[in-house]
Amino acid sequence: VTGSPGGDMQWCFSQVKGAIDDDVAEADIISTVEFNHTGELLATGDKGGRVVIFQQEIENKNQPQFRSEYNVYSTFQSHEPEFDYLKSLEIEEKINKIRWLPQKNAAQFLLSTNDKTIKLWKISERDKRPEGYNLKEEDGRYKDPNTITSLRVPVLKPMDLMVEASPRRVFANAHTYHINSVSVNSDNETYLSADDLRINLWHLEITDRSFNIVDIKPANMEELTEVITAAEFHPHQCNTFVYSSSKGTIRLCDMRVSALCDKHSKLFEEPEDPSNRSFFSEIISSISDVKFSHNGRYMMTRDYLSVKIWDLNMETRPVETYQVHEYLRSKLCSLYENDCIFDKFECCWNGNDSVVMTGSYNNFFRMFDRGHRRDVTLEASRENSKPMQVLKPRKVCTGGKRKKDEISVDSLDFNKKILHTAWHPQDNIIAVATTNNLYIFQDKVN
Amino acid sequence: MISTMECAVDAQSLISISLMKIHNSRTQRGGIKLHKNLLVSYVLRNARQVYIKEKYAEIYRMQQYEEVMTVCNEIQELNPLDLEAEDAEDEEQARTACCAEEASACGSPCHRGAAHCRAAGTVAGCSLLEDGCKEPEPSYYRSCCMEAPPAPLCEQCPANSSAHCNKTTVLDLDTHVVTTVENGYLHQDCCCDALQCGQSAQSPAKKRKVEFGCCASDAEEAPDFTAARKRAKREDCSYSAPDYTDTSNISNLISIFGSGFSGLLSRQADLEQICSKQALASLGAWTRAIVAF
Repeated sequence: VTGSPGGDMQWCFSQVKGAIDDDVAEADIISTVEFNHTGELLATGDKGGRVVIFQQEIENKNQPQFRSEYNVYSTFQSHEPEFDYLKSLEIEEKINKIRWLPQKNAAQFLLSTNDKTIKLWKISERDKRPEGYNLKEEDGRYKDPNTITSLRVPVLKPMDLMVEASPRRVFANAHTYHINSVSVNSDNETYLSADDLRINLWHLEITDRSFNIVDIKPANMEELTEVITAAEFHPHQCNTFVYSSSKGTIRLCDMRVSALCDKHSKLFEEPEDPSNRSFFSEIISSISDVKFSHNGRYMMTRDYLSVKIWDLNMETRPVETYQVHEYLRSKLCSLYENDCIFDKFECCWNGNDSVVMTGSYNNFFRMFDRGHRRDVTLEASRENSKPMQVLKPRKVCTGGKRKKDEISVDSLDFNKKILHTAWHPQDNIIAVATTNNLYIFQDKVN
Repeated sequence: MISTMECAVDAQSLISISLMKIHNSRTQRGGIKLHKNLLVSYVLRNARQVYIKEKYAEIYRMQQYEEVMTVCNEIQELNPLDLEAEDAEDEEQARTACCAEEASACGSPCHRGAAHCRAAGTVAGCSLLEDGCKEPEPSYYRSCCMEAPPAPLCEQCPANSSAHCNKTTVLDLDTHVVTTVENGYLHQDCCCDALQCGQSAQSPAKKRKVEFGCCASDAEEAPDFTAARKRAKREDCSYSAPDYTDTSNISNLISIFGSGFSGLLSRQADLEQICSKQALASLGAWTRAIVAF
């Protein structure tokens, strides 16, 4: 499984996908990254509504140094821009989330969602095709029936591999507000979708109805104080899910308790430090992502400045807190003006829950080794993209004299942000999305 | 309590930035983002709270200043004192000059008037400013501590002698006697001539430098004040004959000021009402903006 802990690990550049030029087309901005359950497939979604799936070359697995070569497997247009005529609103095609279903047969299934509609896609391979039709020519033209004198059985002949993506289900019209999360249940039959104020429970086979299980919309919208920011099912307990809020709280709900889970079973909240109070306290405490650990005993939350690990048995405070970029606390005003303070960073666990990772600015991303209490800052950039080049740890100078190789806070490029990262479920391979490029790094094999 | 120190942008700017964001969100592609606008409304609320408190404190100070100025002007007609040099280099003296209060009572240079410190200390807004203002402004102090409040006001002052004058030197323009007051005790120093007028290093007249921040009405007061000062000085320098002072008037004034402006506290409730109404009225538009959203 995963090798040595993050502290000893060295990370190497493996691949980068995407356009090289600095002029970024808005449609190419990556909006979600997700490995499937085996790690063989890596899916990305972008602002243009496209899904690109990369597949790990199995043949190269025998050569360890090339084991993580991911090549394009399938590309398809998942969502198109729509117009809601009733509200005169345009619905963005941007893919907010992709979640893979566990594989049941030869085909792969994933859920992709934009702000309003969730779709179930089937990705299947075709490497044979029938030849020898009776009524059709090879090019598809119909034969003149009068010329047919005999019958034969068409034969399947091998062909070049073709990967097809087809929409199998469309789950629409169930969300008034913008969908921020989807999560597949461990029962492999249901999944939840969450928007700002509601969470719905779906059956994967049924598209014309869903159950509303959480509704935090107040009777009077002027009394609105918080919204749902993320939701996820527990990895093993199919009755349990959590949702995070803009107020920095996480609620754990048990669907066995009642049909409507407005009342939480557990409320996770850390009291605010009054000495840190500022104009922006509410913004920076808003949780942008919540993820269960693989073993189901912990969950991780990301707010603007930190990552917190919670033990599901302790609601009063997190068991671990990691500062991602505390040096930004004195810059919150500027970050508010340029809207960066609203950036929603995601976070992820490694396969054995020993290391967590999240993104930052200047194309930096951070890893926190929980066991060894070590953290490292790395950079995804074209300058460090020679094959198998080892990534050098980066350091941000927070004050005083700037050492060589350090970068000062004022030199950080806030347009280069890493919001989406993913960790291979079993290996030390990570996918890091900059604005429009996808970087794949792997640990150095000694 | 919101710490404003980390931000170079003040509450007012934040309010306008936030409103702009809310306005822009209405035309953004994909519809209004509820989450983002909710967060912006929190910033708006926080900024508004700070702004209201600041505004309230300012209005309160304005009210106090106007009252004190009225008092000063009335006294000046009775017993004009020389207000010494225009030179405001010695700001330390300016701070200690308040005969009613010790300067240390008004540690924060944000305070507009040393004399207001004790009274204003009970005002929430003022204390907020103490907390919030971490950048010391040049310690200009507005002080008319040599002037007594008019008699009616004095009667309201309780005999609160917790405030001491350190050392106050006054020059009686009529008698041209320099008098130093220490801890409420009077020392008659010497007769003053025209030269000494300008050289007195202890001159508390430097206290008279007035701090006018963003308060428009303060600025209007300033020219009159300065003019009055200059007028007094010119008059003084033309005299040369020393004389004995009639100390009884002065001692009365000083003992009255020794009790501080606590008499004004009785009017605080009224002022609060006025201040809050004024402040809130100006923010009505913002309230509507948030509610409407």
